[in-house]
Amino acid sequence: MRLRYTGDVTEMTSFGVEMVDPEPIRFLDDEGHYAPSGTAQEFADELERVTLDELCQWYVDMSTVRAFDTECTHLQRQGQLALWAPSVGQEGCQVGIAHAAQADDHIFPTYREHTVAHVRGVDFVDIAKQFRGVHHGGWDVTDPANGNCRLYTLVLGAQTQHASGFALGQVLDAKREAGNTQLAPGEPGTPTGVATIAFYGDGTSSQGDVSESMVFAASYQTPLLQVVQNNNWAISVPVTRQSRTPLYRRALGFGIRAVQVDGNDPLAGYAVARRFLAAARAGEGPGCIEALTYRMGAHTTSDDPTRYRVDEEVESWRRRDPIVRFERYLRERGVDDDFFAATAAQADASAKRAREGILALPDPDPASMFEHVYSEPHEAIDAQREWLLDYEASFEASFGTEGGAA
Amino acid sequence: MSATVGSSNQRPATDQGAGERPGALTERQELPIAKAINAGLRAAMSADEHVVLLGEDIGPLGGVFRVTDGLQREFGSARVIDTPLAEAGIVGSAIGLAMAGYRPVVEIQFDGFVFPAINQIVTQLAKLTSRQAGAQPVPVVIRLPYGGHIGAVEHHQESPEAYFAHTAGLRVVAPSNAHDAYWMMQQAIRSDDPVIFFEPKAKYWQKGEVDPLALAAPLHRTTVVRSGTDCTVVGFGAMVTTLLQAAEIAASEGTTLEVIDLRSLSPIDYDPIVASVEKTGRLVVAQEAPGNASLGSEIAATLAERAFYSLQAPPLRVSGFDVPFPPAKLEGVYLPDADRVLEAVDRALQY
Repeated sequence: MRLRYTGDVTEMTSFGVEMVDPEPIRFLDDEGHYAPSGTAQEFADELERVTLDELCQWYVDMSTVRAFDTECTHLQRQGQLALWAPSVGQEGCQVGIAHAAQADDHIFPTYREHTVAHVRGVDFVDIAKQFRGVHHGGWDVTDPANGNCRLYTLVLGAQTQHASGFALGQVLDAKREAGNTQLAPGEPGTPTGVATIAFYGDGTSSQGDVSESMVFAASYQTPLLQVVQNNNWAISVPVTRQSRTPLYRRALGFGIRAVQVDGNDPLAGYAVARRFLAAARAGEGPGCIEALTYRMGAHTTSDDPTRYRVDEEVESWRRRDPIVRFERYLRERGVDDDFFAATAAQADASAKRAREGILALPDPDPASMFEHVYSEPHEAIDAQREWLLDYEASFEASFGTEGGAA
Repeated sequence: MSATVGSSNQRPATDQGAGERPGALTERQELPIAKAINAGLRAAMSADEHVVLLGEDIGPLGGVFRVTDGLQREFGSARVIDTPLAEAGIVGSAIGLAMAGYRPVVEIQFDGFVFPAINQIVTQLAKLTSRQAGAQPVPVVIRLPYGGHIGAVEHHQESPEAYFAHTAGLRVVAPSNAHDAYWMMQQAIRSDDPVIFFEPKAKYWQKGEVDPLALAAPLHRTTVVRSGTDCTVVGFGAMVTTLLQAAEIAASEGTTLEVIDLRSLSPIDYDPIVASVEKTGRLVVAQEAPGNASLGSEIAATLAERAFYSLQAPPLRVSGFDVPFPPAKLEGVYLPDADRVLEAVDRALQY
C-alpha cells in the first residue's frame, strides 16, 4: 500500500505545475518483506555493506528503547517523572539514520529522539533527568561517550539553527585547514569530511527557525542533513494544518535535495541518510529527509489522543510498527527465536536498570542553580547563592540541626 | 609616525606583546567611536582566528554604519560573513558556531531588528551555559547599534536594554567613548559568556582619544567620569554625553554633579554608585528607554536599599515616555536632554 498523508495534499497544491510526488522510498513492505520501491533502487547499494549482525543490533536498539520508553510512561503514571514524551512508533527511522552517521558527525535532536540519543551513547538515565525535574539538560555534550549528541531542545526549531551554524563551523574549519579565506556568495560547497544532523517534526516544520536554517544551509552549502519526522500529529493538530504541500517539497524550494522515506522502515532511513550524508561531507550541500511515520502513543503523558484521532488510524499504523516489521524481515534473513527471546530479556533488564537509576537520582542541591548561569565569575549571582545558603542555615540555627525542635 | 587604523595597507605593527597585528592601533590617537570599535574588532580577529563576524551588509559595504569597514578585505569573506537577511538565523547560527568552537560577533543592523532573534537570544543563548551545566562556554557577542537622535524611521531609534538585562545568562555592556569602545569590544569577545554590546549609534562619529597601550577598566566596572558633590547622575552610552553637558551647565550655576558612566548594564557595578550617593545624597538616573520596569527602575530601587540613610531625596528617573518611540520629528521631545536631566536635579535638590 502506498503511504499517504492524512489529507490528499498533492492534488490540492499543484496549481497547474507538473509535480508528482515520487513513491516514498522503502525497502520493506508493511509485512517486513524485502520489496524495494522503484524509488529505492538507486539507494540499494548503500545497504550492501551492512552485515546481518549490524541489523540485529538495530533491532536490539529499537527494542531496548521501546522498553525504556514504556518504562518511563509507567514512571510518569507513578508520579516519578513530571512528564514523558514517548517515541513509540518512531524508532524505525531514528535507528537507521543514527547508524548512518559517522562517529564524528554531530546530532541536534528535538526531545523525542530517544533512539538516536541511545545509539549515539547517551545513557537512558541521563535522558530521563530532564523529565524527572533534576536537570534541564542531562548529559555532558563534550564527553565523547555521548557521541556528539547535543541536548534536547524544547523551544521547537531552535536547534535547527544551531545545527546549521554548527555545520557552517565545519565549513569554516575545512576552509581554514585548506588555507582558503573566502566564502563567496554562490560558491560551490566545501568538502568537510564531517556532517551535522538536525531532527525535527511535522509541527516544528511550521516554525520560522526551520525555514531560516534551510536558507543558511543552502546559502553556505553546509554539510547539514535535516530529518523531519512527520508523525502526522503535532499534539492534536494534524499535519494537514501545518502544510498544504508535502514537507520534503519545502526543502526542495530552498534548493536542498530532499526525499520522502517510509519512516517505519529502518533500511530506508539508513540508505538515504548514508547517501545524503556522504554528499554533504563531500561539499555537495545539505539534504533533507522527510520520514513518514506515526506517533503511536500520546504526545506526552499529559496528552489524550483519544480526543482528536480515531482508533482505525492508530490501528492502521500499529500494523506497520517498525519493530514488528523489522523482526519479520530479520526472521526472513534467518534470525531465530533465540535471538528475539534474548533481545526481549535484554530490553527488559535494561529498562529495569534505567528505572532503578532514575529512582536513585538525587534531587539537585539548591545551590546548584547558581553554578553555571555564567561561565565566568559573576559576583551578583555568587551573592544570591550566599544569601540563600545563609537563609537556609538560619532555619537550622533556629530549630537545631539534630531535629530537636520542640 | 602617525598611528594607524582602518586601512589594510599599513605595515604590520607590534602592540603590547600581542605579536604582529596587521593594521592594529599602535599609539594614542583621536578616533570616532565607530572606528574605535572597528579597531577593537580588528585586534580581536588578529589575536584569535576563531573570531568571526556575522551580519547583514557587513562585508563589502562595511555595515550600514561602516563599523566593519575594511575587515572583510583584510580577513576574508570566510571570517567576515555576510548573512542572509534573517536575524534569528544569524543569532542561531552564531550559537551553533560557538558550539563548534568559534567566537562569533554578530551585528544586528538596528536596535529594533533584534526582536526577530529574541527567541534565540532569550531561550537559547542565555540558557545554554546553564542547560549544558557549563560543559562548553557560549562566547557570542551581539553588537546592537541602539538609541535615538538620528532622525530615523520606526524601529531604528530604540533602547531595548531592559529586555536583555532582565535575562539571566546574558551580560550587557555599553561604551560611551572611543577608548572604552576599543577595549570593551575586545573584552566582550574574550569573555566566555554571551555579551550584548550596545553601541551608541548617535555617537558613532564622536571622536575621543584611544590609547592602545592603556587597558580600559574591567568590562563590568562602572566609572565616575566627572566628580561633583551635589547630585549623582547616572547613565550609559550616548546619555553620558548628555549628562556631561548637564554637569557643565549646572557648574555654571554653582551646582556640581557627579557623573557616572554605567558601562556595564548587566551585571551593574553598584559600589561606585553607592559611594557617590553616600557623598551627594541625591541620585538621578537618565535613560532613553521608557521608564516603566527599566534599568533606571532597578538602579533607583537598589540605591534606595543600599544608600537609604544617605539619601536626601528619592532617587529620580529621567526616561523616555512610556509610549512607542515617536516619529523622528518628535524625538527631541521624547528623548531626555540636558534640560530634562537638570529639571530632575532641581527636584532632587528641593527636598
